[in-house]
Amino acid sequence: MSSVTNKKKFNWLKLFSNAFFVYLYAPIAVLIIYSFNDNRIAQVWTAFSTKWYLKAFTNEDIQRAIVNSLKVAGVATVVATLFATMAALVLSSSRFRGHGVSNAIISLPLLVPEIATAVATLSFFAAIEFPLGLTSIIIAHIVFCIPFAFMPIRARLAGMDQTLQEAGRDLYANDWQVFRYVTFPLLKPGILAGGILSFIISIDDFIISLMVAGAGATTLPLYIYSMIRLGVSPEINAVSTVLFCISVTAIIAYWLVSKQNEEKVHVH
Amino acid sequence: MAFNLPSNPLARRWFGLAPAVITIFAFMVIPIMILAVFSFMPADPYGGVDKGFSTEAWIQLFFERDLDDSLIFEPVYLQIIFRSIVLAVLATMITLAIGFPVAWYIVQQPAKKRELLLFLVTIPFWTNLLIRAYAWILILGKNGMIEKPLYALGLIDDSLELMYGNLAIGLGLVYSYIPLMILPIYASLEKLDFNLVEAAHDLYAKRSSVIRKIVIPLCLPGIIAGSILVFVLSLGDFISPSILGGGKKMMLSNLIQFQFSSARNWPFGGALTMLLLLLVGIGSFFYVRVSKKREGIA
Repeated sequence: MSSVTNKKKFNWLKLFSNAFFVYLYAPIAVLIIYSFNDNRIAQVWTAFSTKWYLKAFTNEDIQRAIVNSLKVAGVATVVATLFATMAALVLSSSRFRGHGVSNAIISLPLLVPEIATAVATLSFFAAIEFPLGLTSIIIAHIVFCIPFAFMPIRARLAGMDQTLQEAGRDLYANDWQVFRYVTFPLLKPGILAGGILSFIISIDDFIISLMVAGAGATTLPLYIYSMIRLGVSPEINAVSTVLFCISVTAIIAYWLVSKQNEEKVHVH
Repeated sequence: MAFNLPSNPLARRWFGLAPAVITIFAFMVIPIMILAVFSFMPADPYGGVDKGFSTEAWIQLFFERDLDDSLIFEPVYLQIIFRSIVLAVLATMITLAIGFPVAWYIVQQPAKKRELLLFLVTIPFWTNLLIRAYAWILILGKNGMIEKPLYALGLIDDSLELMYGNLAIGLGLVYSYIPLMILPIYASLEKLDFNLVEAAHDLYAKRSSVIRKIVIPLCLPGIIAGSILVFVLSLGDFISPSILGGGKKMMLSNLIQFQFSSARNWPFGGALTMLLLLLVGIGSFFYVRVSKKREGIA
């Protein structure tokens, strides 16, 4: 594929695209720079300082919010990834009646707008009189994490050589042995990728948590939202930068795992 | 570990599928049905619903009750719904206008750089929307990055009021969802046979007509997929209007959230949600049709 742009003329396309990437990252850069600002007034730069990070992380409410977020994301990730793996193993093996319906139900959380999921889940918990709190948030998170965990696992299975499992069975391995010694080692990068995506989606979720969180079950995004409502502050900048870094670290991990995913599948 | 699943294929399937399918069915499909039922029940002033049947919530979408119980046409909610649709359409058009050239640029780069640029497009998508919207307050708000230098130069002496309006909401929507426009367009451009483009050039076709007559028609599935994704997500967006619109200019999701919190009118919130799902359902229907067609081509 060769370049089709006219080289003699000035390259407007390149300028436009570079401007786009500046637009995409400028707000985040501003946020990170201001988080290291010494001044109480967030938008007046005086000197470099890390005091807002110290202040934010000695704040007990923020500490509690971080712990809550990690609890929710941890449990939701493990459960959603387990369920997604089981479903992907069935849905990739053969086509059968109900195949399409099962696929559709699993992708449903991707199609329904978050606000609709949020208020529907709230109504459901109210109808069965389930108390709101960390448990209700975890249940809601498991639901929308399943399709995100499912996608990479399914993709990994699609590229896998199914005859290896048959070979295992021919050698009298039982179902558990086939899974433990054949399927799982091959599937591991997909499961890892699915787990990372679930974790990112869960830790960043805001609207669904907002509606189904009871008193005392504040997650980090909910805490940040309540701070933003009070106005711009250097503490928000610091906490937001930390949450941003968590997401970026996770997405880099995902990228590395899925690269490995692509390479290994093609070996077989 | 001696562990064998039943040999019956149906039972094996159910063992694998049940946890995921039942979880989503129980905690998403049933809740949506319950919400639909709630929309036909009277509101409990303390939140939740009362027993009984009522179409009040659906009437409230269009009418207001006068003191003598007669219905007067009241377009205030329809205006919010209309504003949501208009903003979502505008966001879709702007993301397309920006996203297409960027995807076109990325696809022409050498493999290593292409991978890096795609990764840069993806990162914001996976980071918190709340934070990304908040960052714009630092730029657009009072004493923000835009106003401050203008103040210093004496070009303005009052706030420009860039925040808390349709402009800021629209900007937030474009900023939030543009990766979802670029990625599908890129995917279809990547499959494009560039020999066709070269052939057209060899035949002295102008650059604009090459794009119009060859590139755009061939990557139409990507354009449509990206447009529907951006439209559906913008329509249901909660964060841009509540952070950048300052809660003054509502969109559909803010109105819904408001009914379930301060207004305590769950049935009306339910009716609004059903309307949102209907609009999204129409969008998704076209999306499924387009992606099926795309599979057919590939």
